[in-house]
Amino acid sequence: MGSIGTFLTRTRGYGRFDVVDFATYLYLFFGTIVMFGPILWLVLSSFKTSAEVVKFPPRLLPYRQETVAVKGYDEPLSIYNVTLEDGSTQVLAQVRRIGLEGQMVDPANPDEIIKVHINDRQPVESVVFSLDNFVEGIQSFNFLRYLINSIIVTVFATALTLLVNSMAAFALSKYQFRGSTTIFLVMIGTLMVPLSVILVPVFLVITGVGWNNNLLGVIVPGAATPTGVFLLRQYMLTIPDELIDAARIDGASEWRIYTQIILPLAKPALAVLTIFSVMWRWNDFLWPLIVLSRSELFTLQVGLNSFQGELNVQWHLILAMTVVTLLPITIVFAILQRNITAGIATTGMK
Amino acid sequence: MKLVKHWIEKIFATITEGIVGALDVFFSSLQKWFGVGSMPYIFVLPNLLIFGVFILFPMLLNFVYAFTGGTDFFPNRRPWVGTANFTRLFECQNFLVPNSCSEDLFWRAVFNTAGYVVAQVTVMVAMSLITALILNRSIKGQAFFRSVFFYPVMLSPIVVALIWKWILQENGLLNAIILSLGFDKMPFLVDANWARFWVVIISVWALMGFYTLILLAGLQSIPADLYEAAKIDGANAWQSFSKITLPLLMPTMLVVLVLSLIRAVQVFDIVFAFTGGGPGTATLYMVQYIYNNGFASPTKQYGLSASSSLVMAGALIVLTMIQLYVRREDV
Repeated sequence: MGSIGTFLTRTRGYGRFDVVDFATYLYLFFGTIVMFGPILWLVLSSFKTSAEVVKFPPRLLPYRQETVAVKGYDEPLSIYNVTLEDGSTQVLAQVRRIGLEGQMVDPANPDEIIKVHINDRQPVESVVFSLDNFVEGIQSFNFLRYLINSIIVTVFATALTLLVNSMAAFALSKYQFRGSTTIFLVMIGTLMVPLSVILVPVFLVITGVGWNNNLLGVIVPGAATPTGVFLLRQYMLTIPDELIDAARIDGASEWRIYTQIILPLAKPALAVLTIFSVMWRWNDFLWPLIVLSRSELFTLQVGLNSFQGELNVQWHLILAMTVVTLLPITIVFAILQRNITAGIATTGMK
Repeated sequence: MKLVKHWIEKIFATITEGIVGALDVFFSSLQKWFGVGSMPYIFVLPNLLIFGVFILFPMLLNFVYAFTGGTDFFPNRRPWVGTANFTRLFECQNFLVPNSCSEDLFWRAVFNTAGYVVAQVTVMVAMSLITALILNRSIKGQAFFRSVFFYPVMLSPIVVALIWKWILQENGLLNAIILSLGFDKMPFLVDANWARFWVVIISVWALMGFYTLILLAGLQSIPADLYEAAKIDGANAWQSFSKITLPLLMPTMLVVLVLSLIRAVQVFDIVFAFTGGGPGTATLYMVQYIYNNGFASPTKQYGLSASSSLVMAGALIVLTMIQLYVRREDV
């Protein structure tokens, strides 16, 4: 308690814990609950059984009724604390329930059926973080397929984005050639035009190329991002031209200059673009939604959305699959957090 | 963590080297055939090809769709109708009453979007400014709190929508809390105004960290000696905030304002997964109107879809102009 007290009353060197300091930590405290609470609630809920998930009011932790294998019964029976007529309590296993009456047996003495009013029994429960929902969700809803599709799209699209954009950025930053200004201005001009504005014609082009219901239709079109070219070009402009001239005198080909000099020196900018590309592609929804209509090609996002639209909402499976979807990006965030926040702060893009 | 990062970098490096090595031969021979002068063109070609085919060409094609009618998908079989699609969109007895328009859904979407943009941008800018100011104070665990506020930005729109749907549903966590405080359950997802309210809150929740980060960078670029000088001159906290912080943060604030405006106009995926535009048409926004006409509705109205997207593009171009004007020092 003492350390918490010192922590809370620590100030910026005036020796007095003022109102502003108090408000600051109050804001941070509630901010943390609001920002992180929903995600924690999702994760806790994803471990609950289908019965526990629909229970109202909900309980914080994933409780699960304990079961016991009883001789003479194929299925394991759920166990209850039962208050008997004489006032004593006993742990019994329920065989079946008929109306307001539960037919119970003593696990030690399975032959004798004891009839108990359902109000006289309390389920024996314990907190179990079971992976049942995850296993069932992955098996019954083709999620493994969606997961693989998402990984394929993210990896190949990011590789293509890096290659194509860095090549273009190299040309636009280190060469003077006819049309370079035009190309750059057209790209800047479309920097802010979103896909949402050109939905119909994009779909026509993809149909024309024969890429609807093909992962290529998701991977290739978004690879030439003006944002990526712009980011890399601005960074490459800072690489001194003398390095390139020296390499040229030594007889290096232009491609060599690009791979041996430009790419290694542009690593920080490439890292930022990699992180963004992974984030964009993993979380992308609208483009795959348009391009893919066969469910075996769905990415996680499209799959998850179509799955929540189904008639009877099976929340316990949806929650588990939502956790699966957010896990990879969370790991990326945990590892690269500093690079991500620094990247956004300096480039101002997402 | 370090080890994982190291291995990711190593795998990444190996793959890149492999690809680059293979391409080396190819590009060196290209240079021999076409000469050094053509190399920049070869470097921009792949990007330009993808960009041209999938972004530039569709943009031009959008005009073809906007000025042709019928339900046929292929432009060569669509009859030229001139500005009929636009006339249809703007055919209104009273522009303030969507029901009096022949495309009432379009006007509902316009008004919904306008309301959403105003509310969302206001809350977004206010909340991210407050958060940035607080994170900029010398607090314990600054890096941790920054991550907490930023983490939702990494989540996909679908995940965000599902998390909140789970909390706000009739038997969800929030209603349980409200009930335990002695109030009645609220129809968060069924009532039109509640749905609109939560769409704003959720999108702010999901994106606030991004703008907070930009504002934080702006705050940290303000030189500390300005504050010290002000203190020596006897300025109090409010004076140094209103006379130093606010004016110097203004350029960053403008960037945040315009960026969040542009993105708010294009709101789609979070809402699509969260309410699907409902209840009724309460949260039907522009992009979903475009999507519905082009893809979701049984009778495909490609012409209306394209012409309404051009109307939206017009609004976005104006905002982009402002953005470029504001950021002109950067380029």
